[in-house]
Amino acid sequence: MLSKRIIPCLDVRDGKLTKGIKFKNNVDIGDPAEAARQYYEQGADEIVFYDITASSDGRDIMIDVVRRVAETIFIPFSVGGGIRTVEDMRRVILAGAEKISINSEAVKRPLLINEGARAFGKQCIVLGMDVKKVDRSSSIPSGYEVVIHGGRKYIGIDALWWAKEAEILGAGEICLNSIDADGTQNGYEIELTRLISSNVRIPVIASGGAGKPEHLLYVLSRGKADAALIASMVHYRTYTISEIKTYLHEHSVKIRMEW
Amino acid sequence: MIAILDYRAGNLTSVARALHYLNQSYRITADPATLQEASHLIFPGVGAAGEAMSHLRQTHLDQCIRKWVHTGKPMLGICLGTQVIFEHSEEDDTVCLGIIPGYVRRFPENLQHEGQDLKVPHMGWNHVAFQKEHPVFRGLPEESEFYFVHSYYPAPTDERWVIGWTDYGIRFCAALAHENLAAVQFHPEKSGRPGLQILANFCRWRGRDAE
Repeated sequence: MLSKRIIPCLDVRDGKLTKGIKFKNNVDIGDPAEAARQYYEQGADEIVFYDITASSDGRDIMIDVVRRVAETIFIPFSVGGGIRTVEDMRRVILAGAEKISINSEAVKRPLLINEGARAFGKQCIVLGMDVKKVDRSSSIPSGYEVVIHGGRKYIGIDALWWAKEAEILGAGEICLNSIDADGTQNGYEIELTRLISSNVRIPVIASGGAGKPEHLLYVLSRGKADAALIASMVHYRTYTISEIKTYLHEHSVKIRMEW
Repeated sequence: MIAILDYRAGNLTSVARALHYLNQSYRITADPATLQEASHLIFPGVGAAGEAMSHLRQTHLDQCIRKWVHTGKPMLGICLGTQVIFEHSEEDDTVCLGIIPGYVRRFPENLQHEGQDLKVPHMGWNHVAFQKEHPVFRGLPEESEFYFVHSYYPAPTDERWVIGWTDYGIRFCAALAHENLAAVQFHPEKSGRPGLQILANFCRWRGRDAE
């Protein structure tokens, strides 16, 4: 049977990790390609890069990073951040990324999902969703609202509606980030993840709130997530990916244990 | 030299990068003369069967592939490349190359495992139970998993050609081999160490020494 995927997420600005990551010898690693290699060797099933570079020069640097990553690791990886057109997608894919993640841009222009899926196949297009819990209303019947621009802007779109819409438009996967849980390290938003995952036929990656291996256990079982994104809990060496995988394996989650 | 067949079906650079990592010389090509010089052929591909087949016919690459099979030189199909060597695919109701007897079928709706609904595409890492010894699939740890992304699966008429089975609600053929042909439904170029092992084995394989 299919294994649940454990996916470390790396934030990149101007070709460098936004925060240095500590590995075995406790030395900070600032190079995204080197960090990706370390996680690949620790057993990561996939890797996600978020490019938070603002300038266009920085974008060229990111393409170079993608190229170096693709020469080093032989598992799928995706790149998100600042992708606005099919041409932007093409550059990143030709540089070696498997998947492209789009978020605010897809909310502003939903056809971007469709254009990307037709150009590269659905499996290439990951819809990133930032979601906040709100009171249920006629415009937000699920009680979860989509927010854009890193969670700063509400736009009156229901998260469940948007997830289903994105699937119809051709998204191959959804990366579901809870703004409420993000950065807390108190656990994923299980209810939200379960709601979205059981109402779409495409895989859902849970994001936001991971602090302990138990959190992954809950979201991959009760939350019905197909994959779990992790950041701080491995970046600061609180846990290694292999420790997390062993824990999940011991708790009967189907995990890839040989790498 | 290993030829990677370029027939506009998705991104071929990841296969090329894996070969580069393995210190193999390769060329991404659609040129019949280059194919003749090559010792091995990799037939990769991501995308839809209908479009892939119509492109292969337009460019007469379908003939090149058939010719290649008769030379006895080793060929490796990957994902869509594996699917189009069968007779027919349910995707876009496509007549394929017919090199291997059998069909490509869509995963059924309401696929289940232990009462849980399974999603289609089958995307992610899954185990392959290898049934037989074969030079291309040698040296793989028993628990190895491979990276899959697909909604259709190969169903060869003759199950003796199946080298490895995978379970996703149903059991399907994930790896097969016959004479100078080896083919996989997963992506060895994206399957970490065991995937690279398969590619390295293929590059050393002389063909036809199976069984």
